[in-house]
Amino acid sequence: MRYVATVYVRLKPGYSDPEGETTARALQGLGYRVIEVRASKAYEVTLEADSREEAEAAVDEMCRRLLTNPTKDDYRFEIRELR
Amino acid sequence: MRRHEIRALLMRAPGTNCDAETARAFRDLGVRAEVVHTQRVFRERNLLDYDILVFPGGFSYGDYVRSAAIWAKECEYRIGPDLERFVDEGRPVLGICNGFQLLVEAGFLPGFEGRSRYPEAALANNTTGYQCRWVRVRHLSRGNCALTREVPRDAVLAMPIAHGEGRFLFPRDRQDEYLRRLYENDQLVFRYVKPDGSFADGEAFHNPNGAWHDIAGICNPAGNVLGLMPHPERAYFGWLTPDWTRREKPPEYGDGRLIFESVVRYVERRF
Repeated sequence: MRYVATVYVRLKPGYSDPEGETTARALQGLGYRVIEVRASKAYEVTLEADSREEAEAAVDEMCRRLLTNPTKDDYRFEIRELR
Repeated sequence: MRRHEIRALLMRAPGTNCDAETARAFRDLGVRAEVVHTQRVFRERNLLDYDILVFPGGFSYGDYVRSAAIWAKECEYRIGPDLERFVDEGRPVLGICNGFQLLVEAGFLPGFEGRSRYPEAALANNTTGYQCRWVRVRHLSRGNCALTREVPRDAVLAMPIAHGEGRFLFPRDRQDEYLRRLYENDQLVFRYVKPDGSFADGEAFHNPNGAWHDIAGICNPAGNVLGLMPHPERAYFGWLTPDWTRREKPPEYGDGRLIFESVVRYVERRF
């Protein structure tokens, strides 16, 4: 079966996020009542797996091995079956 | 080992740079330096035929995902065991800029317990964006780092940086413990300093990227793997230094030469 995982990666709280901070200042400049912006990166991964559990385990490992550096990044993902 | 027998492998990948400068530095020291594309290394070369391995600077694979992340994993699945053997045998590995990022992403640095499966540190995006200019770093190794043994302790070196992701970080919940281990194992090699030689203390400009504890370069516990953000090959010859025209007699060499000299002398003595 085929699954599609949408993976979101962002800096862990507590690390300064220059991209988010700069963007927040620009949005504030445009007049929005923005308090904070955290930049994040999203990947859409289409993969083959025999079950949903297998797909989830594979995506979780991908996140730890390549898509994030666990030192500084947090991740979460949503997974759905491709029909 | 005699100097003219020493073979240095400078691996290049799509998007790396300064490999030619690095080769010229090694050749100036009388070493055989080969610049070989990473795919050719994977397919046709034996890493263990070489005595020195250099991962140059640049932006391998467009810095996709994170700086050097893709190249690091590619090296892991193509030549991982050879790379580990190269390091375990004490052969010197130098990672400059993108090469430093690669060694961190591949788990060789800081490598407290040997190579780690997941990175134990990170080189995050600079707090002030991409920076390309000269900086000063102080050499702190007490002798463990084989690749800087010709650099006097506490010497301040001037070298250029050129990166957008060089903010050295440890996991927040372990940073004090990891820093203590860096000092205990004598793994802290370079820290950014101000013109007067005092530590930058995070101050923007002197610390160009917001690196934690002003860390610019570290080595592994065995001292044969060094990663640093500044480019020593761009500070090898005197005429590469920014102020040579203002001096009465231009210096023959820049500060970067000491690092290459250290690498070569280490191989001469050890093998």
